[in-house]
Amino acid sequence: MNFSGIKDRLKHKTVGIAGCGGLGSNCAVALARVGVGRLILADFDVVDETNLNRQYFFYHQIGEKKVQSLSDNIKLINPATEIKVCDIHLDEQNIVDIYKNCDVIVEAFDKAEMKQMIIETLLEQLPQTPLVIGLGMAGWGDSNSIHCRKSDNLYICGDETNEISDDRPPLAPRVGIVANMQANTVLEILLKK
Amino acid sequence: MNITLNNRPESFDYDSLTISEILKLKKFTFKMMVIKINGLLIRKPQYDETRVNEGDDLQILHLISGG
Repeated sequence: MNFSGIKDRLKHKTVGIAGCGGLGSNCAVALARVGVGRLILADFDVVDETNLNRQYFFYHQIGEKKVQSLSDNIKLINPATEIKVCDIHLDEQNIVDIYKNCDVIVEAFDKAEMKQMIIETLLEQLPQTPLVIGLGMAGWGDSNSIHCRKSDNLYICGDETNEISDDRPPLAPRVGIVANMQANTVLEILLKK
Repeated sequence: MNITLNNRPESFDYDSLTISEILKLKKFTFKMMVIKINGLLIRKPQYDETRVNEGDDLQILHLISGG
């Protein structure tokens, strides 16, 4: 399939991005670049200077809402992308409503309890929608430990081992690898259908 | 009993075990998990009473922070 054919297939697809930090911002940008037609971005946070070591924001955007900044950045790359922004704290009550019409959903939270919340909620309430999660990407080096595997409709990307800590911060290269691996998995799912 | 645990064959010297018992036997002390038996989600309050039996497909996903 050439790129024009790929774009034709992707332009009517909707992908949900749950969290717009290191995973979500980089994954959303990759999906917009290849021509995914519609993205639903949700996050409650604002851009902080400490985010710039890995997240797809710019220095002048510090203090802005992440969903708005990310939407602006995506529009600069691919203005054809339709973007819905949800400036909201996702929880088990609102998440199904926000993402129910998505072809694929990307989990891009930082906290383990939020990852658990979205997996359990969607497994019960949107079991037909593929969910692509990022799990384990702290630190640096050891690229070969990062992998992707499938468990029913759940796709797991990451090393599944390295949790963030003071000595093992999340950094652009490994977070970027996992975010792009999630985007690559989304493409695989969308282009298979 | 013989089951599949995270896509690998696993044997226990019992006919049936609860999820909590399996977690103890396997020394899984993870704080955040998602557990499925044959694709069906089992939430934490049910770990003590839900039994795993011969031939079951048990998935235990350990959740860690970072993103």
